[in-house]
Amino acid sequence: MKINSPLEAYKYLPQTNCGECGEPTCMAFASKLIDRSGKTADCPPLVKEKKFAKKLAELDRLLAPEIRQVTIGVGDRAANIGGDDVLYRHKLTFFNKTKMFFDVADNMDEAALVERVKKISDYKKFYVGRNLLLDGVAIRAASNDPAKFAAAVKKVVENTELPVVLCSFNPAVLKAGLEVAKDKNPLLYAANKDNWKEVGELALEYKVPVVVSAFNDLDGLKTLAKTFAEAGIKDIVLDPGTYPSGKGLKDTFTNFLKIRRAGIMGDTEIAYPIMAMPLTAWMAGISDPVSASYWETVLASVFTIRYGDIMLLHSMDPYATMPEVHLAETIYTDPRSPVAVDSKMYKVGTPDENSPVLFTTNFALTYYTVESDLASNGINCWLLAVNTDGIGVEAAAAGGQLSADKVKDSFDKSGFDIHKDVTHNSVVIPGLAARLQGDLEDKLGVRVMVGPMDSGRLPGWMEKNWPPK
Amino acid sequence: MAKKVKLSEMTDMFKDVEVLALEGVTIEGDIELDLSGLGGGFDPMLAALLGQESAVLAQHFGRLASMFGVPVGIGAPATGASAAPAVSPALAAPKLKDLIPSKFDFSNIEEWTTQIQEVPIGNTSADGGSRGKRVLVGGEKALPFFPDAPMPNRNQVTIDVFDMRIGLAKAVKENYDEVMDSPGEWAKKNVDKFNADMITIHLISTDPLVKDTSPKEAAKTVEEVLQAVDVPIAIGGSGNPQKDPEVLARAAEVAEGERCLLASASLNLDYAAIAEAALKYDHDVLSWTQLDMNAQKELNRKLMKQCNVPRDRIIMDPTTAALGYGLDYAYTNMERIRLAALMGDEELTFPMSSGTTNAWGARESWMVSSPLKEDSDWGPREYRGPIWEIVTGLSLAIAGNDLFMMMHPTSVAVLKHITQTLFGTVEAEPVDLANWIGSGV
Ligand code: B12
Ligand code: SF4
Repeated sequence: MKINSPLEAYKYLPQTNCGECGEPTCMAFASKLIDRSGKTADCPPLVKEKKFAKKLAELDRLLAPEIRQVTIGVGDRAANIGGDDVLYRHKLTFFNKTKMFFDVADNMDEAALVERVKKISDYKKFYVGRNLLLDGVAIRAASNDPAKFAAAVKKVVENTELPVVLCSFNPAVLKAGLEVAKDKNPLLYAANKDNWKEVGELALEYKVPVVVSAFNDLDGLKTLAKTFAEAGIKDIVLDPGTYPSGKGLKDTFTNFLKIRRAGIMGDTEIAYPIMAMPLTAWMAGISDPVSASYWETVLASVFTIRYGDIMLLHSMDPYATMPEVHLAETIYTDPRSPVAVDSKMYKVGTPDENSPVLFTTNFALTYYTVESDLASNGINCWLLAVNTDGIGVEAAAAGGQLSADKVKDSFDKSGFDIHKDVTHNSVVIPGLAARLQGDLEDKLGVRVMVGPMDSGRLPGWMEKNWPPK
Repeated sequence: MAKKVKLSEMTDMFKDVEVLALEGVTIEGDIELDLSGLGGGFDPMLAALLGQESAVLAQHFGRLASMFGVPVGIGAPATGASAAPAVSPALAAPKLKDLIPSKFDFSNIEEWTTQIQEVPIGNTSADGGSRGKRVLVGGEKALPFFPDAPMPNRNQVTIDVFDMRIGLAKAVKENYDEVMDSPGEWAKKNVDKFNADMITIHLISTDPLVKDTSPKEAAKTVEEVLQAVDVPIAIGGSGNPQKDPEVLARAAEVAEGERCLLASASLNLDYAAIAEAALKYDHDVLSWTQLDMNAQKELNRKLMKQCNVPRDRIIMDPTTAALGYGLDYAYTNMERIRLAALMGDEELTFPMSSGTTNAWGARESWMVSSPLKEDSDWGPREYRGPIWEIVTGLSLAIAGNDLFMMMHPTSVAVLKHITQTLFGTVEAEPVDLANWIGSGV
């Protein structure tokens, strides 16, 4: 972004305070533009009225992120990569979580290939109210045979909605793959110093994003990127090579830093998303699969944190993928605001007037932990998410966001009446909020039962203590 | 499915790397070690690592590499197909004619002004103690592993020992079961088998709600550990704010002159008593706060100004939350602290320590399987736990953490291997990436 204060963005807005964007004033809308929680398209006058066209174009240019955003694939599962504005996530946030593409090869037998593609597409790990997923399939032209590659690409796109990367240094092979997948906006891997002309022409002809590749050669990489940009190719991804071990790995780490830093500091010729290849861990001479998977996960972690925007991976062992998807989520959450659920009364299972009433906080991690402990054990109940500004039980109790008043307030707003909607006149509270017991009894006028410290122990606790005597 | 190795085997593999490259073990010893490793069943993974390491040695001993038969490019068979394009699409008017050369220009753009304090832990006989070596942490002038300025000291790992048998995740416990009743034996195992740079002895039995062990008894345990191993040690209390100052003071007294790390001073206990013990008996202080940069500044300030602790005796623990359970906060907190320090905030220019062991609290690292049937299979927990600890620690290493308090031997080995690779002391046979597409990855 070329500007960083709401005042600067305000200059380009209609300044009528019409409110159509949902903000009371243009100035309020301007601050949303600056912190990237809003986009120019949300201001109808600016977009619709001809007289603002110039201002809109200029504002969009000023607001464009330093690192180009590139889209791979089509439809709901299309992957956006890049789009960052800062080197350190706390300065704003990182946008477009690192995308994880898993490899298949065109020399795999068909059943194995289809099975692996399905496994990639179906992967999910529940976390704070959403599923962490894998993002795409990288198809390696191991055969170097156009017909074989085309057949494999066909099988892949028939079996998944996920975006794909077509991997070959041979333009004829890439062209064969493109013919099959041209409607899917695949990412072409890759143009290098030997084949750049042909691969560049393919990117232009099929209008697809393309990787430029120069192993440990930043001048070469920048030269390719610049050449492509001048030829009108906009969607470029950089592959500086991912060496899996020793000094090579250290060089790779340094290259990623240098590229991203130059991009953020305004060197537009190299301000593109970067591709990391943790799968090279499998080329490092580590023969047993557990060690190789571990090492691959280690590489994935390093480049999730330091500027890998898309990565190619191999191991689908759960102990490798699970920390990988979690770390991407960790690094790409907004450090300024905790992930929260709506503060309201939730039904777990099918509660009735005899079911227990419990509360927890609206910190998504807390809420979903508690909810899954209850639901997976078949406990039907009413669960109130108290508004603690997205803070967990213990920290909120320590910081004052979880008090008897706050709990009462959340009960009132939820529309749930403990005295009428249930018969037992009781509330179960988190063990870590035990100190609120007395206060709560006064404020709510109900019996307050202190539950266990960890919601994982609620099922056992319920057996002993519910229904109340 | 290809063969699975046991984690303990893996640990051994990574451990040997360490011994060879970084711990300055004599070369004669190394060769014996290597050859015995290669004896019996030839393990390609081990061989590869030895191959990588032999490159280091080769600098000193020209012929060594050939002795080992360095396995070049295992797992990357040449496919025969060259990368050169075979066919080019015929186009009427090619838009791409010539390369437009562009130089990548990178200078040290970051203006980091301030150096992180270097803090020694452990006194050798030269310093008036009995430790076999001294550990140095801190001293950075840039973010970790950044090219702006060389990183003076590598990351260090201290492995936990408890003064009583405690409940541990199964994968962790397996490694320690037979030594858990003897802190001395436990400490020894950590050093001899698991390559610990340091030991942390946690005096948890002193908690009134646990065993209420007296400070005097606890101090005996500290002596036992100091005698069992000669690496520097950290001494931890039970976390009971009333009792810890007394326990740590007594422990500091029996460890006089050894320059231990006293863990921890915090705002909710009598930090002055701990600082006083550190000064009186020649130790360092761990300054612990909970994910709050301002609280960290406050405590450091109090230690320096109020208690007169010199700068080279303070290490910070800004709190570690596990991957998936608050690591986003812990990561950002550390990165912000380190950046502020590098830019001149003198209240934060100290090395950092992480209770990486907290990773074992994450359900993903110890639960047998997912509590949710919709989840994809979580796989065996024996493999999940250690990688959870590794990823938690590694993330914080990149954020600026220097010292790691860890538990699982495999986690220790892998964390050391990656941090030392990024640090620049691990050599490896170069890998040719050109053929990755055709390789049997
Ligand atoms: C992450 C974290 C933070 C994050 C909070 C992020 C967030 N959005 O919540 C941040 C950095 C913001 C933070 C700040 C603070 N923190 Co803090 N923080 C932690 C940490 C590391 C993890 C907490 C966590 O997320 N746990 C996971 C969630 C899922 O747990 P939970 O919400 O408690 O839910 C569990 C149980 O309560 C129970 N449960 C939940 N609901 C229900 C309902 C029922 C009916 C039942 C029966 C059970 C139940 O089951 C759940 C699963 O186990 C802990 C230390 C630790 N490792 O525990 C310290 C900790 C909670 N923090 C602490 C403190 C002191 C603070 C601060 C006051 C520090 C300061 N000086 O500023 C601030 C307060 C901030 C505020 N309130 O505005 C202390 C609290 C001490 C105390 N007991 O009073 C802790 C324990 C650290 C410590 N050892 O001192 N913190
Ligand atoms: S819609 Fe546009 S013009 Fe109307 S208030 Fe919002 S920013 Fe201003």
